[in-house]
Amino acid sequence: MSGIKRYLIRKTLIYTLTFFLAVTIDFIIPRMMPGDPIGVLLSRFATLPEATKYLHGYFVQAFGLNKPLWEQYLSFWNAVLHGDLGVSIYYYPKPVTEILKAAIPYDLALLFPALVASWFVGNWLGAIAGKNRKLDSYLMPVFYFLQASPYFWFAILLSYLFTFKLGWFPISGAYSYGIIPSLSWEFIKDYLYHWILPFLSLFMVQLGGWAIGMRNMIIYEVEADYIRYLEALGASERTLMKHAFKNAMLPQVTGLAIQLGLLVAGNVTVQIVFSYPGIGYVLMQGIMNQDYFLIQGAFLVIILTVLIANFTIDLLYALIDPRVRTSYTEEGA
Amino acid sequence: MKKLLGPIVVGIFFLSLFGQFGAAATQTQLPRSETIYVGGGLWSQPNNFNPTVSWAAVTGTIGLIYETLFIYDPLKDKLEPWLAKSGEWISNDTYRVVLKSGLTWQDGKPLTAEDVKFTFDYAKEHQGLSYSPIWGWLKEVKVVNENTVDFVFSEPHYEEWKYWLYNIAIIPKHIWQSIDNPQSFANMKPVGSGMYKLYKTDQMRFILVRNDNWWGIKYYGKPAPKYIVYVIVYSNNLALSMLVKGDLDWSNFFIPGVPDVKSHYGIVTWFDKQPYHLPINTAFLFMNNQKAPLNNPEFRRAIAYAINPKEIAARAEENQVEPANPTGLILNYPVFKKIYDADAVKKYGFTYDPAKAKEILDKLGYKDINGDGYRETPDGKPLKLTIEVPYGWTDWMEMCRVISEDLQMVGIRVDPKFPDYSKYYEDITKGQFDMAINNFGSQVYATPWQWFNWLLYPDVAPIGNATYSGNWGRYKNNRVAELLHMINTEKDENKKIQYYHELQEIFLKDLPYIPLIYNGAWFEASNQYWTNWPTEHNPYALPITWQNYWQMGGVKVLLNLKPVKAATTPSSSSSSSSSSISTSSPSSSSSTSQTTPSTTSSSTSKSKKGICGPALAVGLALVPLLLRRRK
Repeated sequence: MSGIKRYLIRKTLIYTLTFFLAVTIDFIIPRMMPGDPIGVLLSRFATLPEATKYLHGYFVQAFGLNKPLWEQYLSFWNAVLHGDLGVSIYYYPKPVTEILKAAIPYDLALLFPALVASWFVGNWLGAIAGKNRKLDSYLMPVFYFLQASPYFWFAILLSYLFTFKLGWFPISGAYSYGIIPSLSWEFIKDYLYHWILPFLSLFMVQLGGWAIGMRNMIIYEVEADYIRYLEALGASERTLMKHAFKNAMLPQVTGLAIQLGLLVAGNVTVQIVFSYPGIGYVLMQGIMNQDYFLIQGAFLVIILTVLIANFTIDLLYALIDPRVRTSYTEEGA
Repeated sequence: MKKLLGPIVVGIFFLSLFGQFGAAATQTQLPRSETIYVGGGLWSQPNNFNPTVSWAAVTGTIGLIYETLFIYDPLKDKLEPWLAKSGEWISNDTYRVVLKSGLTWQDGKPLTAEDVKFTFDYAKEHQGLSYSPIWGWLKEVKVVNENTVDFVFSEPHYEEWKYWLYNIAIIPKHIWQSIDNPQSFANMKPVGSGMYKLYKTDQMRFILVRNDNWWGIKYYGKPAPKYIVYVIVYSNNLALSMLVKGDLDWSNFFIPGVPDVKSHYGIVTWFDKQPYHLPINTAFLFMNNQKAPLNNPEFRRAIAYAINPKEIAARAEENQVEPANPTGLILNYPVFKKIYDADAVKKYGFTYDPAKAKEILDKLGYKDINGDGYRETPDGKPLKLTIEVPYGWTDWMEMCRVISEDLQMVGIRVDPKFPDYSKYYEDITKGQFDMAINNFGSQVYATPWQWFNWLLYPDVAPIGNATYSGNWGRYKNNRVAELLHMINTEKDENKKIQYYHELQEIFLKDLPYIPLIYNGAWFEASNQYWTNWPTEHNPYALPITWQNYWQMGGVKVLLNLKPVKAATTPSSSSSSSSSSISTSSPSSSSSTSQTTPSTTSSSTSKSKKGICGPALAVGLALVPLLLRRRK
């Protein structure tokens, strides 16, 4: 038990440090961009020089951009710890938290199903390919193609094929312009219709990676001594696969942690391709308009997602892999 | 455990999906025949309906939800009373406005002279509203009786006042008197006096619903569209495909390729032929008047001779625009035409003439000494200039390339530079550029004074400090400052024209900036659901829906549009109604009726495929299952 505790303390420390560094970088990077964010806010106002002059001063003060950088940094940390991400410059006067709150459901709706479905389907397909040589030679090129495609590129490919060429799916947005969001069948249908292509972009690319990993592991495990032994005992193929699959699974769980970061990044680009109004899209808007607070907020969400997910997987790992537990217990003993 | 995962994932998915939408709405799909889809003036999610900060307010806030005392028709150069019944100067320093009778707010309360007074006083109290600077020359606003207001000026700016008459939205006193921070107030539940009310907003659009108790119904009738859906469309190509499919009725996007597809899909534009669109503002080449060699008027003139605006119009804008007059004045509009000085243009104007440009440069001593094809300065130093526009503004980027090539032909090296928009804006406001293209304030106004005041704003900050006028290159001329002040405070129209002529003469002589082309009042409309669009044959209003343009014609378009009733039953297509479009020539209307059935049929086949698509996806998901069973 104390082993688990040690493990937890260590992980928590590492994650806190990572969080601190990531948030610091998150603060610095937007401020290194050239240009004046308040100017962008006011540029729509170009015909009225006198009022603009006044407002520029007003906004610089309101956003605290006239203070020295270290003071901004401290107040930023203070605000972050209080859950206050400031007011967006571009979407002024909307608070960043509100913008993100409206965007996050769209991310979850894409990420969760894509991650989970691709993990299951990918492992499954990989296992099938691993034990069936003939099928393998057909599937592997497909997997490699999928895995090697960048998310945004695959998204563009899908949108080119299915919207421009075939016209099956809508080009952009989360639902049609003429529909009012509600809990009706009509709306759900419309939502899913818009959701499929962004989902497929994430799902398919992920799928390739999982399948390749699983296939290689299965081939390796099938050659292992314990399988040979089982085979010699005359166990059914089903039993053989059950054991091989279980052992092949471990690296895939580790992979989940690594892939998650990539997936979140991929999600950003896919949303830009499909103008899907999640965090990725919001982030893009923030960057294009030099909205410090929006960029910070969006990145913070991404940082938190990745860290929390990784942390969860680390915990999970300690549960399913007895070796991790014992290594820490032995160290403690 | 494993078996549970599936349902959990599905559960999370659906929760995240619908958690935010809450209870079921009464209505899901807006009735297509009563809804108009508009786009082109919304670029970020709508989140500010505060008319006192007109720069941040979503398009339509002023004009549709809140209203102004007057509206302005640039096609006829006429200020038309809107909330006002009449308005006139009753003495040299007093302007009297009489309101229409029966004005009401959308919450049912009456709109009176008190509200008008409050609207102005509010900007005195709160600095930084769009019209706060007015109090530099306005003394007080007096309520004469329930529907009469007197504006007493300390220094009447007759010209500038015209602009404010149709740009200040009247706000209800009973609501706004308790709002203390208008600069940062989003006003997401606007209560105005206008013909539309805010219905819903989300990330991609906002929806307005008709105000059936609008005071104006007895004066103007009811606008036909019950719902206005104003959409964000991220790419011009997408706008075109929506327009063709009938998903967008009224577009104010610049759409490349309109000339090619216009006749085939029956897209309505202002002109039947090139340039298809009315001009709306002038794109200038701003030059840094404080920096050598651009501080030399002769050098600037050489540049003007060297640039070919026709090529710019063709290459950057597909000839959907026209080259600008040497003065930059948009002569399609009577307000500019009446002050235009043709003689000055004859005397001091310029046309594309590279030979002349070379001649001037030779005379100035800019010669190619080292034989690299580019001229050096008279003291032998290399001459290298830059021209900048924001990255991603593709038509302007192309303009930069054309200009740089043109100038290369006469031996001036100009490198195009495409920084991000915020950097670009910082550079021009602080005067840290050589050349830049801009048009932010050069549109048509009720007074040319506003146009000149933007372009030649006298009160600029020195280089390095920000200035927010249009005089980005810091051109300074005391006579210009004097003239601008005199025009603004002069009542006599003839004298004003004299001053305007002098102003144009100075502009052409000094040539601080070079007018390039007129940007278009991009307008493309579909006849599928709404007809009677304004065009050159039926020019009843300027069909522009951008921020602060509704009161320059957009509201009139809404009052004149007619629904295509047949649209609800697609089988009896709109051939009969399309003939009622008085605007299009016989040949084009016949092509409309030809293409309409084809587009509807394609859309039905599309919806069939639409079911196919998801079915295919489900099918794909089943493949692994089948594969497994075979084992």
